[in-house]
Amino acid sequence: MENQTGWPDQLFDVLKGAEIRQVGYVPDAGHARLIARCKADNDIRDVVLSTEEEGVALAAGAWLGGQRSALLMQSSGVGNCINMLSLINTCRFPFLTFITMRGEWAEFNPWQVPMSQATGPVLTAMGVKVYRADHAEEVADTAQAAAELAFGGDFAVAVLLAQKLIGRKVWVK
Amino acid sequence: MLKRREAIATLMANRPKEMFVVPGLGSTTYDMASLGEKDTDFYLWGAMGGAAMIGLGLALAQPKLKVAVITGDGEMLMGMGALATIGVQRPANLAVIVFDNRHYGETGMQPSHTDKGVDLVGVARACGIARAYDVQDQAGLEKLAGELVALKETLFARVHIAADDPPRVLPTKDGVELKNRFRRAVAAAS
Repeated sequence: MENQTGWPDQLFDVLKGAEIRQVGYVPDAGHARLIARCKADNDIRDVVLSTEEEGVALAAGAWLGGQRSALLMQSSGVGNCINMLSLINTCRFPFLTFITMRGEWAEFNPWQVPMSQATGPVLTAMGVKVYRADHAEEVADTAQAAAELAFGGDFAVAVLLAQKLIGRKVWVK
Repeated sequence: MLKRREAIATLMANRPKEMFVVPGLGSTTYDMASLGEKDTDFYLWGAMGGAAMIGLGLALAQPKLKVAVITGDGEMLMGMGALATIGVQRPANLAVIVFDNRHYGETGMQPSHTDKGVDLVGVARACGIARAYDVQDQAGLEKLAGELVALKETLFARVHIAADDPPRVLPTKDGVELKNRFRRAVAAAS
């Protein structure tokens, strides 16, 4: 995944264009290329998290300090964020997250499926607007629209990146 | 043993104007409000376990300001992974101070893990926050207050306080107002 090209690089360009200065993440194969680009950029502070809900609170703190941020995670991480999203909702913080989907297409691990099915409903229930990109050519435009809504209107916005974009995981026994 | 309201007053007695405070859900929010509600304090009414990470995001965004997270043992225990995350980043302008009364004051004074021996200073140190120590008495508290004024490295302190329950002092619960006025205060100071 480290040699992914195409949409992750376009997504990085959207983050740069939106003046994102902090990126919280839990290591993720689907986001590997984007995380590597963020780490290599001197103007982006990459913050590795021990659980995704830390990234929700980090985003609030960054905004209190005048910086825009983004949270990168996979669908399983959304469940870890639920109550912390109250902070975003109650204070109307802008919030932007990019979620690589698991458990929806060519998934080898059934344990990924329940949270995959709940990802959209859970985010919606907590007041997060949910966008989705199923094809590589949609990613940049969808991400751009999400960033504009988040920072232009103080909304919480998630972009779900379809598992099909990530491709089949090669399972080595 | 130190009393929480006296301890917060000592800690903030010489608070520099570039210091911004994130008090955690519950008693530490009331403690900070007891000193007078301020635009420079982001009072938490929820987000349990999030205080330290809010402080980290703020400290990274504003390296010239000083950030103090002042929270309780229960709130810190819920977000203990944040100490690992802060231990990786180690911003020089961030202090995390835990008022440890070994109980959950908000829910009826049930004992917390720290009452059973869980050592938050040990956790912080093991997470890479080298400057981490206990404060047991007034002299220690005054030393910590002095260190906050001249904060030079990531700091963690556990302040042992009595499990008393002083009258609550409630700041506004309006999250949008808290956010907007805090951001204006940051913009004015930076």
